[in-house]
Amino acid sequence: MAVIQIVFILVAVVTIISAGMVVSVRSMVHAALWLVLALLGVAALFALLQVRFFPVVQVLVYIGAIATLIIVAVMLTRQVMQDVGSQLNSNWWLAAFVSVTLFIGMVWALSNWPGMMTTTRAVPPGGEDIVAFGKALTDPAGFVIPFEVASVLLLGALIGAIFLATERKEKQG
Amino acid sequence: MLNDWLYIGIFAGISIFLPAAAITIAGILGPRKPDLLKNSIYECGIETVGTTWVQFKAQYYVYTLVFLIFDVETILLYPWAVAYHQMLLFGVIEGVIFILILLGGLLYTWRKGALEWV
Amino acid sequence: MNFLYDPVGFLAEWLRGLLSTWGIPDVWITFMLFLVGAGLLATGAMVLVVFLIWGERKVIGRVQDRFGPNRVGPWGIFQTFADLLKIFTKEYITPTGVDIVSYNLAPILAVASVLMVWAVIPFSITFYGTDFNAAVLYIMAVGSIGEVGVVMAGWGSNNKYAMLAAFRAVAQLISYEVPMVLSLVLPVMFAGSMSLVGIVQSQPVWNIFLAPLGAIVFLISSIAEVGRAPFDLTESESELVAGFNIEYSGLKFGMFYVADFLHAFTISLLFATFFLGGWQGPGAAQFPFLGFVYYVLKTGCVYFLTVLMRAALPRFRIDQMMDLNWKFLTPLSLVLVMLSALVYKILPKNMVFLQVIVMVVLNVLVYVVADWLLNYYEKRNPRPAVVNELRPMARFPYAVAQSSSVSKKAREG
Repeated sequence: MAVIQIVFILVAVVTIISAGMVVSVRSMVHAALWLVLALLGVAALFALLQVRFFPVVQVLVYIGAIATLIIVAVMLTRQVMQDVGSQLNSNWWLAAFVSVTLFIGMVWALSNWPGMMTTTRAVPPGGEDIVAFGKALTDPAGFVIPFEVASVLLLGALIGAIFLATERKEKQG
Repeated sequence: MLNDWLYIGIFAGISIFLPAAAITIAGILGPRKPDLLKNSIYECGIETVGTTWVQFKAQYYVYTLVFLIFDVETILLYPWAVAYHQMLLFGVIEGVIFILILLGGLLYTWRKGALEWV
Repeated sequence: MNFLYDPVGFLAEWLRGLLSTWGIPDVWITFMLFLVGAGLLATGAMVLVVFLIWGERKVIGRVQDRFGPNRVGPWGIFQTFADLLKIFTKEYITPTGVDIVSYNLAPILAVASVLMVWAVIPFSITFYGTDFNAAVLYIMAVGSIGEVGVVMAGWGSNNKYAMLAAFRAVAQLISYEVPMVLSLVLPVMFAGSMSLVGIVQSQPVWNIFLAPLGAIVFLISSIAEVGRAPFDLTESESELVAGFNIEYSGLKFGMFYVADFLHAFTISLLFATFFLGGWQGPGAAQFPFLGFVYYVLKTGCVYFLTVLMRAALPRFRIDQMMDLNWKFLTPLSLVLVMLSALVYKILPKNMVFLQVIVMVVLNVLVYVVADWLLNYYEKRNPRPAVVNELRPMARFPYAVAQSSSVSKKAREG
């Protein structure tokens, strides 16, 4: 087995275990920290695809902003430290059945899909061409509409978030 | 070959190993005399009152939200900046419109008073 | 390749030749060279911190009209080694109820996040860790890992004050990351590449002449990112009982300290790379060693500037800091990026002198308008003064009171 396959299996195992720990640990701050590890694992998986830009963006946005947001939100809510009660509710057997069925179904469907076995185009050794990415973002025949719509979407998210946050402040009086 | 990422992986391993090794060595070298008073939580010399959890300001959440929005904006802006020299003026104006929309968002946030510390 | 012209490249080639004559396959040679190079660079960075601490203490001492350390060794050079010896043998007092993993991982993450920036910095034309394609965003990303370290330190310490201070620190760090990332769009724009090697190579004319205001915004926001004076509210050594470092003792605290100084030096390195032309200088392309010397000189000047700022400026309050960031630096950097992009595109490509003049005039205009707007805003909502009038003071003895005007006011009312 090539070294890169061993590394991939290691990273994948770490990511899956961290993701499992996120939903099963009792303390929510611990869950947030396991989430950070899971996101680092995803960034490492991107890095194994030999691209440069996306793992870095993953760490910067997901860990730097979203994981921090989750940790701050966890700290702001009450009853963080005591996470009483069982982690499972009474219908856990149904949930397990549905998820296993879905998993088997997806594996079967993907293994029968011819696109799964095609090799992707190789990334040039210096990393992907960010100049082409940037030109595509501003090309009228390319992705300029999604580019501008993304900024409007971000504006909408900002206004919605500020609206919700200030409303909460008024409720607190 | 993943030469870049290999180097960064090695560097990450070394930069975690070095402080960890130093801290372990200092742990071996130092005395170890745990004492009930020494191990109590520091609160300016008096006993701790109440549990170790206080109500935080909601303002931290608002700052983190605004930071998230601007973070996503800048990562969309970087490929635009990298392709700057190969763009026509039209491409530059598209990026300027992108920034203008988000500048408007910042001004909205400012006017709504979401950026005050209190 | 002569040893004198390019010591690092010469040594790397010699080592590679030696290993290949021993019959080791190429992949392992690369791996071992990377290991040796990374190890030397990381160790060099940690050892450099020792001299940085000494230098800072001497300079701050001189600013405060005293000598600084001068007993241990000539000019007190070995003072930091003595401090290191002391801190290595201190006891780790781990308070009760700490979360072991978070508490112990936090100082390691703090140092690791700063040390990893050194992997992509070009020290000369041949001496760099790796020519990373997206190095600018990589630097920001490893800074984010440092923020997670701060949260872990504060929360893992099981101490109210540590948690409060850690949250303030995180609020400051993430707030000041926005103008930092935005002002870095300017060098990336001028260079057309996100890799630091590309940015340095595109600076026969230094970027500080094409975007002086962007350089100032970057400097201010990166000093705030480090948490150095005047932005060191979160670790104010005379107030707030050392912030999120309260429950750390011995070398764990020493690691936070090392991370602080190394981060300050790293941002000086980054400022020199982005805005002062890195290793560029007369003759640096042929003689890489000269490039390294120029780089060290430029970084030293910027680091000296940050030490002077620490020695001279009082601390900001947290609301002043946040207002400075969100209401001044962020809109300023957004407007600057927009206008610089538009104007630079219109300018003719080969008349460098004209470009520099126009960009400097643009930056000065943007600053003047921003300053006027800020004064206008300040007149409309004045910031409430904390102290309105002089509080009654104890009376001085008459002889001493003759000499200063402040005590004259106190005498009269």
